[in-house]
Amino acid sequence: MDDLVLTGGARRGEQAVKGLLFLAAILSVVTTTGIVVSLVEGTVEFFGEVPVGDFLFGTEWSPLFSDPEFGVVPLITGTLLITAVAMVVAIPLGLGAAVYLAEYATPRVRRAVKPVLELLAGVPTIVFGFFALTFFTPNVLRDVLGADVQIFNALAAGVIMGFMVVPTIASISEDAMSAVPASLREGAFGLGASKLQVSSRVVFPAALSGIVASIVLGISRAIGETMIVLIAAGQVPNLTADPRESVETMTTFIAATTKGDVATGSIGYKTIFAVGTTLFLLTLVMNAISIRFVRRWRQVYE
Amino acid sequence: MSAAAAIPAPRRRERTKGRAFRWLLLSTIVVSGALLVTLLADVAIDGTTSLSWDFLTSAPSFDPRIAGLYPALMGTVWLMGGCVLFIVPVGVATAVYLEEYADARRWWNRLIEINVQNLAAVPSIVYGILGLAFIVRGPLSLGPVVLAGSLTLGLLVLPVVIITAREAIRAVPPSIREGSLALGATQWQTIWRQVLPSSVPGIATGVILALSRAIGETAPLIVIGAAGYVAFAPSGPDSAFTAVPMQIYLWISESRTGFAELAAAGILVLMAVLLLMNGVAIWLRNKYEGKW
Repeated sequence: MDDLVLTGGARRGEQAVKGLLFLAAILSVVTTTGIVVSLVEGTVEFFGEVPVGDFLFGTEWSPLFSDPEFGVVPLITGTLLITAVAMVVAIPLGLGAAVYLAEYATPRVRRAVKPVLELLAGVPTIVFGFFALTFFTPNVLRDVLGADVQIFNALAAGVIMGFMVVPTIASISEDAMSAVPASLREGAFGLGASKLQVSSRVVFPAALSGIVASIVLGISRAIGETMIVLIAAGQVPNLTADPRESVETMTTFIAATTKGDVATGSIGYKTIFAVGTTLFLLTLVMNAISIRFVRRWRQVYE
Repeated sequence: MSAAAAIPAPRRRERTKGRAFRWLLLSTIVVSGALLVTLLADVAIDGTTSLSWDFLTSAPSFDPRIAGLYPALMGTVWLMGGCVLFIVPVGVATAVYLEEYADARRWWNRLIEINVQNLAAVPSIVYGILGLAFIVRGPLSLGPVVLAGSLTLGLLVLPVVIITAREAIRAVPPSIREGSLALGATQWQTIWRQVLPSSVPGIATGVILALSRAIGETAPLIVIGAAGYVAFAPSGPDSAFTAVPMQIYLWISESRTGFAELAAAGILVLMAVLLLMNGVAIWLRNKYEGKW
């Protein structure tokens, strides 16, 4: 546009508009900077009082007790336990839906099925939490597994969270599979392959980087989810691999602590930032991996 | 197909496997759908008895029989109002900049792009921490008021608006821009009079989707400290507030009998509003889809 000939006033106006728009766009960078600065600031203060080793390797978490312990390990294992349960549910259901929609469904079926996934994606997580606590634990888990299941438990939170993640995995994987060129399918059909063989041995591997991206993004969402866990998994920092027990995740700790209105500058307040940083770094790594995989699949077929 | 007996055995096995696979795939969707139906039915059964006009117009109470959603409902209206005023201009401006002005070869423009992508996947509770440290306390020090809530939720859903608005702007064919420029319009005149009006439906859909995400968010509101018992509707942007999901959460955490039903009734109201918003978004999308 540089060769446009404008008179002085109009040109200045155009430049001013461009500058204003640029300022708006910069806000996203400011937001990220704000997140990083607030997290780092609080975390540095936290590590001024608590040794890094105690935080990263300690297995006891009781920061708000009079004799506090700051070992983050139980929060991380709690988070990973629930995430693992969620993925056991979300990966088969999400990928099954994706393969069906991309390879098998007629346009009419697609029109009927897509809204189900969109609706599932639109349910607020607090609603999933309510359902996990008041329906899934008492009416499903306790009926099947007996009274060993605690009222607040990792299993219910994980399973229901899995359903929350299904639309993420399904829609990104479906996009990846739909982007596989028809010529690959036609080639395989021409060689006598069945639909099952084409779906599982041609389309699925060809779309693998997109599929991996969807799963990684799903994991990232599960790690960062707060309300389902806060409501249904309890708030007991518990170093366990038994999903029938109550656990505390990183997000739960942050929400439960801030709910109590902690004073600025107290150790409880600083702890929020240390845990927040750990959470942010974990999800950041996941998102970076996911974006990288998505890029690879775009490069191949677009 | 008609002469199944004529098909050799290995092929027949292959066909049975194919059918089984197809049913397996279909069953994954049925399971997800069944969960959704169970969830909706459970909430409806628990919630309908508490749902009444009085429920919508009275204040929360320690007595579940007379407790209502009114302050939370008004709080949500205020929050979303503030959110719209924030995300529409900023989101659209960012989208216009990235689509119409930014030179993708410049590192700062690529930085903005990657940033928006990354921000879309940051957990909502981290936005809560940002809101707590920068908006409620720290530099802005607004306190836990409506404006702080609107800004925090706005930052959270801004990437949704930017991404959908960019798609809407990109869908306007270049020939429209070229025609306008050829007639002597400046670049901004072209954007303001041609590109933006044509992409309004797409942008509106994005804004509705963003709001339907914001309206159900609870975690950031807990973190910024909106968790108290508030018996009055907000009187302005600097007023203390509660919101519908916040009130639902408080009712869920209340272990006495009668409060789970209130939570379910609150969820019904929230879901009804969400369905309405999504309905409008889908209607907009279908009405204006593929106009070019």
